[in-house]
Amino acid sequence: MREPYAIEADGLVKAYGPTRALDGLDLQVETGSILGMLGPNGAGKTTTVRVLSTLLRPDRGSARVAGYDVITAAAQVRRAIGLTGQYSALDESLTGRANLVMVGQLCRLPRKRARQRAAELLDRFDLAGAADRGVKTYSGGMRRRLDLAASLVARPSILFLDEPTTGLDLRSRMVTWDAVRALAVAGTTVLLTTQHLDEADQLAGRIAVVDRGRVIAEGTSAQLKAKVGGERVQLTVAPPSDLAAARDVLSRHADGPPNVDPGQRTVEAPVTGGARRMPAIVRDLDAAGVLLDDLGIRRPSLDDVFLTLTGHAAESGTSREEAA
Amino acid sequence: MTTASLPVTAGTAGEAPLLRAWWALKNSWVLARRSITRIVREPEQLIDVTVQPVIFVLLFTYVFGSAIRLAGGGSYHQFLISGMFGMTMAGTAPGTAVGLTTDMSAGLIDRFRSLPISRAAVLAGRTMSDLATQVLGIAVLAATGLAVGWRMQHGIGDALLAFGLSLLFAFAMTWAGACAGMLLRSPEAAQAMGFVVFLPLAFVSNAFVPTQGMPGWLQAFANWNPMSAVAAACRKLFGGEVATPPVWPMQHPELAVLLWSAGLIAVFAPTAVYLYRRKVLR
Repeated sequence: MREPYAIEADGLVKAYGPTRALDGLDLQVETGSILGMLGPNGAGKTTTVRVLSTLLRPDRGSARVAGYDVITAAAQVRRAIGLTGQYSALDESLTGRANLVMVGQLCRLPRKRARQRAAELLDRFDLAGAADRGVKTYSGGMRRRLDLAASLVARPSILFLDEPTTGLDLRSRMVTWDAVRALAVAGTTVLLTTQHLDEADQLAGRIAVVDRGRVIAEGTSAQLKAKVGGERVQLTVAPPSDLAAARDVLSRHADGPPNVDPGQRTVEAPVTGGARRMPAIVRDLDAAGVLLDDLGIRRPSLDDVFLTLTGHAAESGTSREEAA
Repeated sequence: MTTASLPVTAGTAGEAPLLRAWWALKNSWVLARRSITRIVREPEQLIDVTVQPVIFVLLFTYVFGSAIRLAGGGSYHQFLISGMFGMTMAGTAPGTAVGLTTDMSAGLIDRFRSLPISRAAVLAGRTMSDLATQVLGIAVLAATGLAVGWRMQHGIGDALLAFGLSLLFAFAMTWAGACAGMLLRSPEAAQAMGFVVFLPLAFVSNAFVPTQGMPGWLQAFANWNPMSAVAAACRKLFGGEVATPPVWPMQHPELAVLLWSAGLIAVFAPTAVYLYRRKVLR
């Protein structure tokens, strides 16, 4: 039985006093895909993950995970999911190996199978060398990797990752990204939350932008960017005196009026199919005798998306803390 | 907050109840082993059941004992060690509360809760491991007793019965501690509860002095205190009985310990599981 959607949330509401952590949140994640939930602190990402992983009851609304209702069939949901929360969910005084064996045994693996599975995962996450050390001696990156490994012990078909790379150095982030991609290739459905726009862009097939407990936009990275506008050609001239000539050339190729910034010596204009029109633009600039420092096509970042959709920047967010 | 309609599904819905119970027990055992491994790696957690009883025995034997004269001329250390059994076994409760509040405040609890395991396993695992530490506590207490001149005067059979009753009572008290652990927010609060609630209760009993000299209302409380029942049962089985007050639990202390333990488990175990499920869904 393969459900078209591994995760479906319908009008989720969760209030903490006057604060609405979730305010009618809807979400669908196709089986076998990666969905990135993107939003600032306090947007409701963690609360959503906690409701979907049966750790929290919503005040209103319903959700199905792996085809089971998270409230009335929580046990079945738990058998299908893995969860890596924002804070490490490990026993600090046990070794890395003992942590994984314990989770394996709790998931009903026989002792021998649990030990095999632990060894497998320790290898895969590059922790074999530290396997028999106490977790309290681990670095932040190692803890995150072990935490991710622990959520994979029972081979879940659906994985929740709550800000999996927050606070990680670049190397650990790359290891985590590779692991997530490999899981998706193997058919695991992944819901990950992130504040890092590039992370959602890199990993997720679809992105749900969340703000104040609701999904305010949903689609592929390209669709979201299209909402903000298409590609733009941006150039920097060497002598300021070439600005006017450069603007004239760009205006012939652009879909809208060019923007000139004399201070930065830049001219920028929206150009659809930028790459294909680039040779002609270069030829015309050369013919006009414009000396260039820089020339390129700029695609809108997800930062731009967030600003356009919410009217406020993603990173600064609201002052509300993510309700636990 | 809708606490009235908690889901009835345990960790493993759709299974035969017996199989479900079997897995719940296995899961509890895995979690109990985890706690015991923690203790082996951090033995300082054992101060409660090792160093503390030794200090109490020495203090009471040589400081207070030097001034206490028992009616009938019995030896105070023979009287005291049985009292210490009552107090130390009951002392499991604050320990369980501290352990559970520590577990609940760490991220680890989220992992347990997202796994398909019985909701009672986290609590049962803790009470089982605390029971194991109490076995050690009994050994330490008995060894200290033997060192100061206490003897098991009625033979090994009666002594084993006394150990068994003590452990049963300890297990019952861990469930009371589990309830406290679910109601309190921090390990510090649980620790404070140990001092503010548990210690006075331990002293208003026959653990350290006979109750006959206490004011009437305090005497009534002390005679019905379950710790007094454990102490009286131990005195009967180890030897060292003093004049017994004409109150039912003091006249039938072994039966009183059994009933107290059964009653405490019947009340506190389901309450603890209910509180756990309520707490974790918020």
